[in-house]
Amino acid sequence: MSPGRTHWAALLSAALGLMCAAAAPRPGVDVARLMSDTPAPTLQAYGLFEDARGRRPAPGVTPYTLNTPLFTDYAEKQRYLFLPPGAAMTYRDRGVMDIPVGGVLVKTFGYRADQRDASAVARFVETRLLIHRAAGWQALTYVWNAEGTEAVLKRAGASLKVGFIDAGGVRRDIDYLVPNVNQCKQCHSVDGQLSPIGPKARNLNGPFEYGAGPENQLDHLAKAALLKAAPNASAIARTPVWDSPSEPVAARARAYLDVNCGHCHSRSGFASNSGLFLDLEETDASALGVGKRPVAAGRASGGLEFAIAPGDPDRSIIVHRMASTEPGVMMPQIGRSVTHAEGLALVRAYIAQMQAAP
Amino acid sequence: MTRHGARACAIAAAILAGVSAGPGIAKTLRVAAGSDAEARLQSALIDAKPGDTVRIGPGRFAITGALSLDAPHVRVRGAGPGRTILSFDGQTSGADGVLITGDGAVIEDLAVENSKGNGIKAKGVDGIVFRRVRVEWTGGPKAENGAYGVYPVSSKHVLIEHVTVRGASDAGIYVGQSQEIVVRNSEAALNVAGIEIENCYHADVYDNVATHNAGGVLVFDLPGLPQMGGHAIRVFHNRVVDNDTANFAPKGNIVASVPTGTGVMVMANRNVHVFDNEISGNGSAALLIVAYINAFKDPAYNPLPRDVATYQNRIGRNGYDPKFDGGPILAKMTGGSIPPTLWDGVTQYVVPGGAAPTGEVRLSLKDGPVVNLNLKTQGTPVTSANPTVTPSWVDGEMTPPDPVVLPPDMFAKGRKGQARR
Repeated sequence: MSPGRTHWAALLSAALGLMCAAAAPRPGVDVARLMSDTPAPTLQAYGLFEDARGRRPAPGVTPYTLNTPLFTDYAEKQRYLFLPPGAAMTYRDRGVMDIPVGGVLVKTFGYRADQRDASAVARFVETRLLIHRAAGWQALTYVWNAEGTEAVLKRAGASLKVGFIDAGGVRRDIDYLVPNVNQCKQCHSVDGQLSPIGPKARNLNGPFEYGAGPENQLDHLAKAALLKAAPNASAIARTPVWDSPSEPVAARARAYLDVNCGHCHSRSGFASNSGLFLDLEETDASALGVGKRPVAAGRASGGLEFAIAPGDPDRSIIVHRMASTEPGVMMPQIGRSVTHAEGLALVRAYIAQMQAAP
Repeated sequence: MTRHGARACAIAAAILAGVSAGPGIAKTLRVAAGSDAEARLQSALIDAKPGDTVRIGPGRFAITGALSLDAPHVRVRGAGPGRTILSFDGQTSGADGVLITGDGAVIEDLAVENSKGNGIKAKGVDGIVFRRVRVEWTGGPKAENGAYGVYPVSSKHVLIEHVTVRGASDAGIYVGQSQEIVVRNSEAALNVAGIEIENCYHADVYDNVATHNAGGVLVFDLPGLPQMGGHAIRVFHNRVVDNDTANFAPKGNIVASVPTGTGVMVMANRNVHVFDNEISGNGSAALLIVAYINAFKDPAYNPLPRDVATYQNRIGRNGYDPKFDGGPILAKMTGGSIPPTLWDGVTQYVVPGGAAPTGEVRLSLKDGPVVNLNLKTQGTPVTSANPTVTPSWVDGEMTPPDPVVLPPDMFAKGRKGQARR
């Protein structure tokens, strides 16, 4: 943003914060703090959670989940939406919901020591905020201390040692990378502007346990007046659940590629120059990688000729790059340091069942 | 925001800043070598505001991730390409050495060594200057080296000058899907492609040296991409000499098809003028003019080189060791070596989904003799060649592209900026 506009944006957001604060004089979420251009040094200052450990969301902070999530080194994630009192998102049938200024998306990343143990409590690693200010979306990352009692701002990123036993019983020790603010934008980018990428209507279109039995999230949000102009959830397209065996392999693989790759590999994303577009809306087989030659992959092509060689996962560049953990080769470029074995197996199965080119 | 919008906004911002706080508002953020240098450098790149300069001191900076600059109108300046060295030998994450996504960045007086992926990439920016920058893979040409040295893509207003790139496993200096480009006074050596202009509009490439690459200077246009229809490219007054490094590109990449010992190669594109270059010591051919070789599915793509003119190049000894399929046989047929200009003779193609071949090709190839392989239709294998040799091949006179004009503020103070001629 230009320096000339910073001034006005600061005034605007300060005024907005005051207005909101005046309209909702209650403890809990500190809207003025969220809207301030100066980020709070600790997560707790925003009042998004009732407890210092970030476990109990404050009133007005609504949890949600996604049918198919982004893979981040086997981290488990808790997601929340906050909207200022009286505000609502506007439904969009494509892309992310229209979240008004003042809206905040909260995502906490954590690991249970043993991911086979459903009752274990996760150790939190970081909590990321996407805050919609008058000047646009801002990304902030707060890293939790070892005791899990305080999360502090890290703008330049961090590298953390994390050890856990995964769902398959494998002991994993990883270098977990907390992204810096520029890296946030590398994925969270639409036409070069920072933007949320997760809460699309179709990926929210699934059940969530709010405490009184599972309820469709879109219906719940509409009933709570947090979402307006939405058709009934049954009339809305749905992102398949990537690991649900009851859904077809191709549909699940497309969902997986959409969520894990499609934010960059889309016509308005960071990887637009590649010509490889993996979002669910894409219909062109070549743009989806089938028989598509690499453009700027360099050595990352692994000596292979096509992004997807139908029927032949071993000759498909997508598989090669998903399997790699080598910088410059691996895909996604950031956000993981280990291979997602289950995601890779799904994409392999998707390619294997394609009819080979004549 | 449109280019003009962005620029107008930047100017308005500059005026506002000047009025409200005086000209001293721009800061210099200094980063010295030493402990924790990577975090300090990345923090400075995050903290920099429009108009600021990040000064990187002399020394070797060990970088383990990818550095990134997203703020617009920031200058990143080292102490010189031999003194400020960003070393990526220990890189464990990130697809590039340095990634730039902010408009109007100036990167100068520093070196990037041994990045695992590309050296310095700029994506989707309006205004980017690389000046006195060295990108090098110090172990020499290897397939494991990163793909591109300096790599602006999907950008507008690109200036690359006094840049050196060595060892890239694809192209040393690569400009892709961009517009309004000047590459000058730079050296590309020991890469697969020295300088590559791909799917670009309006580029001037002059006063460069491309040597000991597999191919010296490439002007390509590829299908299936957001920006296609490359045109208005001038390649002039370069030294394209002794490109003799065996092609070490990983298979699958388009540059893997560039014959070792190529001087200047034009693939597809329209209105490309190659003139006044010194071209010698290239064993396959001095000038190679060809259609896109693979099958394609994009009906909007034209695989033919059209309105290509080559003239007044100083052609030395070339074509004495052709490294392409059928090259040695062709050399025998043409008197022992490949003539200075090799044209595949492809003049028509079938639009995907269409039936009859279509196309119109006009060329002016004056640096003869010219060998024409007479392949006629795009996709015809080279084994079907029916070569003929003529002193030149001139379908008519071609109007050269206009010189590229970049905004004056992209040039160093007190120096003549605009393109020659």
